[in-house]
Amino acid sequence: MVAVHLQDDLRRVLDEEGRVIKGAQVPPVPDEDLVRIFDTMLLIRVMDDRMMKIQRQGRLGFYMQSLGEEACHFAVYPLRQSDWVFPSYREQGAWFWAGYSVENYIDQLLGNEKDPVKGRQMPVHHSASWLNYVSISSPVGTQIPQAVGTAMGMKISKTDGVAMTFFGEGTSSTGEFHVGMNFAGVSKAPIVFVCRNNGYAISVPIEKQTAAKTFASKAVGYGMPGVRVDGNDILAVLQVSIEAVERARAGDGPTMIEAITYRREGHSSSDDPSVYRDPREPVPWHKKDPVNRLRGYLRLRDIWSEQHERQVIERHNEAIASALARAEHLGGPPVESLFDDVYEDIPWNLREQRDYLLSLPRQKSPHKH
Amino acid sequence: MPTMNIIQAVNDALRTEMQREAKVVVLGEDVGKFGGVFRATSGLFDEFGPERVIDTPLAEAGIIGTAVGMALYGMRPVPEIQFADFIYPAFDQIVNELAKFRYRSGGQYPCPVVIRTPYGGGIRGGHYHSQSPEAMFIHTAGLKVVIPSNPYDAKGLLLSCLRQNDPVIFMEPKRIYRAARGEVPTDDYTVPLGVAKVVREGEQVTLIAYGAMVPVVEEAAEKAAQQGISCEVLDLRTLMPYDLDAILGSVKKTGRCVVVHEAARTCGFGGEVAASIYERAIEFLEAPIQRVTGFDTPFPYSLEHEYMPNADRVLGAIRKTLEW
Repeated sequence: MVAVHLQDDLRRVLDEEGRVIKGAQVPPVPDEDLVRIFDTMLLIRVMDDRMMKIQRQGRLGFYMQSLGEEACHFAVYPLRQSDWVFPSYREQGAWFWAGYSVENYIDQLLGNEKDPVKGRQMPVHHSASWLNYVSISSPVGTQIPQAVGTAMGMKISKTDGVAMTFFGEGTSSTGEFHVGMNFAGVSKAPIVFVCRNNGYAISVPIEKQTAAKTFASKAVGYGMPGVRVDGNDILAVLQVSIEAVERARAGDGPTMIEAITYRREGHSSSDDPSVYRDPREPVPWHKKDPVNRLRGYLRLRDIWSEQHERQVIERHNEAIASALARAEHLGGPPVESLFDDVYEDIPWNLREQRDYLLSLPRQKSPHKH
Repeated sequence: MPTMNIIQAVNDALRTEMQREAKVVVLGEDVGKFGGVFRATSGLFDEFGPERVIDTPLAEAGIIGTAVGMALYGMRPVPEIQFADFIYPAFDQIVNELAKFRYRSGGQYPCPVVIRTPYGGGIRGGHYHSQSPEAMFIHTAGLKVVIPSNPYDAKGLLLSCLRQNDPVIFMEPKRIYRAARGEVPTDDYTVPLGVAKVVREGEQVTLIAYGAMVPVVEEAAEKAAQQGISCEVLDLRTLMPYDLDAILGSVKKTGRCVVVHEAARTCGFGGEVAASIYERAIEFLEAPIQRVTGFDTPFPYSLEHEYMPNADRVLGAIRKTLEW
């Protein structure tokens, strides 16, 4: 007997045309929020398209796009401003939804003097403490026990806060995933684990990551529910995340969500999927496109029009173009900032090294970005 | 003023800070009801309850990973790693995460975690209960490394660590956990970080040590004195950032220097100390700096007594600097 209910069936609300599947529960999300979510999904599309182009033009060092996975990002929808998010590197929609601006986003990518993280990290490693969105790390899975620690802190402090963390299915192979899930289960921490199962960890497919039937089934071993959801179905994602966040907030402990989606493009701008997968493989996923399905739903409900969409895309294009023009015009961070924030106060050894560097002629970066 | 050993002083520091600041929590393996395998957290569970004195699952990466999350959230976690030899499963969380959060977030996310861990040999613990891994953490940008050698400093340094905003590896010399006894005020006081202490004044040779090697070096200084050699003993107390002025001040006075640590020699902290002196004060030196250290072998079990630096080896090095 399994003590914890395992929902092994895939949760769905919308069909591929955006129609509500008979008997499905539509989440209690106001129309204006759905419209805003769709607006944000379009922003991700426009942003990703533009950033990949400038990356190819040599104007940006590196980029990671989300094409086809955008709905998963909105698992953050039920969170409050006081809740915390420990993201991975492919949830740009979550950032925009929380209020991270197009300017913040592009300044970080370029590592310029307005970069919120002061040019300290590669593109897509954002951090926004004013939103409780925690600095992204490249080694996958490190954020999982950290998110659990924050959730434990919320519980110890007797707040009704909730932490949420995102990761890919490949990350479920790391020690940190298991350690974090176990600590969360034992401490009944108010946390939601969102596993974006997009089929690939760079080139490695899911069958090489696990012999388990589903990733969600791993939750059982840690005494928490594991929920599988169609990650390209925004209404289903919203429904399961509302349930999981409510459960955490009520003090009933953690939930793991496995959002099934598909990475239609490369892992990053440095990747070339044609080396390791049949170019026809992504084709069936075009029909399951999360943007098209939400558009279909909104149009069936008559709360979205083609004309409005054109205006929204135009607005996003303009915002990105102006933020990019401004960002590209800015210089890099000042050289002395290299030594700031290692510690709260600069110790003697760093002061000495800073003075030495400042005494030398300035070097020109061999990289454009 | 009561007499305490290092364990009692650590315990007293934790209790003092937990009474003063509700954000301080202790977590680790066996730290709760049991009070820690060395009893350093004894009584805290009863006084502060299971939410602030947390018996965690047995996984170091989880202990440090969750402590990082708590600190980001604004708490003051004090994780215990039961033996420094067990710290490596948490290495990524320490060197890539904890140490880098403030920097990589552009100053947005300070991460004030104080990791307590007993280190060093001399307890018949073999390779997995005897190591001295301080150099790895000194080499890691973003960490402070503190090692007390006596109860008074243990309490005062730990309280300083808990009241500043950078991550600290606080290594406790378990060989002298109970042997080092001394008067410790019951009231609140701090010992500043980054400041070494002259524990014995002398004229001819500067002996530099920290942690469990301080009493060994003091014994060597005493033996040297019997032979008419005057040694100055410097207890570094903080290894990052270390007190360069105190080191240079003493070496410029004596003109000779012996650096002592239990950790292996190659790339050990003694090399850094020696290089810093050579760069800045070579003209004051009468002889090459000597290192007395553990060997570049794994820490042994049966031959532990041969591995550990002792007073006679230090004395040999002292003589070498004089006879050069």
